[in-house]
Amino acid sequence: MTEKDIPAREKVEHTIQGESTRNVPLYSPAVDIYESAAALVLIADMPGVSSENVSIDVHDNQLTIRGTVPAEEEKERPLLREYGVGDYFRQFTLGKTIDQTKIEAAMKDGVLTLTLPKADAAKPKKIHVTAG
Amino acid sequence: MAIVRWYDYPEQNRSLRALDQLQREMNRLMADLSAQSPARHHAGVFPPVNISEDGQNLYVRAELPGMQPEEIEISVEGDTLTFRGEREFSETAEGVNYHRRERESGRFRRIMTLPVKIDSESVSAVFRNGVLKIVLPKAKEVLPKRVKVESPG
Repeated sequence: MTEKDIPAREKVEHTIQGESTRNVPLYSPAVDIYESAAALVLIADMPGVSSENVSIDVHDNQLTIRGTVPAEEEKERPLLREYGVGDYFRQFTLGKTIDQTKIEAAMKDGVLTLTLPKADAAKPKKIHVTAG
Repeated sequence: MAIVRWYDYPEQNRSLRALDQLQREMNRLMADLSAQSPARHHAGVFPPVNISEDGQNLYVRAELPGMQPEEIEISVEGDTLTFRGEREFSETAEGVNYHRRERESGRFRRIMTLPVKIDSESVSAVFRNGVLKIVLPKAKEVLPKRVKVESPG
């Protein structure tokens, strides 16, 4: 899997109903979501976002991820622009199985990792069979 | 700033010359406008880069989220800048179910020709929040020089 080259993709621009007050483009971050026995893990690429500029909230089963990128110095003159710089926004609807009070988030090197633990009721239970 | 070659325009065409200058000025304006809108000139190679300059330096930026600075190899050879690396995901756990897989892993290599001569000895790079920024100081011979006007004493 590691022997392949990374394809060049353009950032996906996001359109939301409520417009942002800042006039910057809004991008949808690429995410990986996987499920283990104990939790759902969401990993999002948000380059340029530091840990203090990311906000995550859960409201009515709706998970909202928002990351802001501080504006660059205006003194530089652009010569080539292959990617746009802007904020990140993405929403997911969570199932009832997530324990919404125990969500953990970590931001490192532009990658957000969210751990969404499953509610106890949703965790797989092993049933012991006793020989009778 | 418009630089006009004086010998291109004989005296008799002065009005045409003004019009031509206006047209060029408009073209430059339009080019600047399109440079502001993102992703107009996509090279189709990962990672996309943004290049900008100021009086002293050339800046090359690329988004490489999740990478470590030591995993990125940068080299300068004459007026060619190369950076390469491999993006691997270590957090891929065993025995999990993937719901979505949008992030890409793999190798990348980007080679570009720089528009001006640079001082290859003092190139530096910083990697912050998943964004690589390479600072390439311009060579002394391309920096603007001030010509002093002297009055004969």
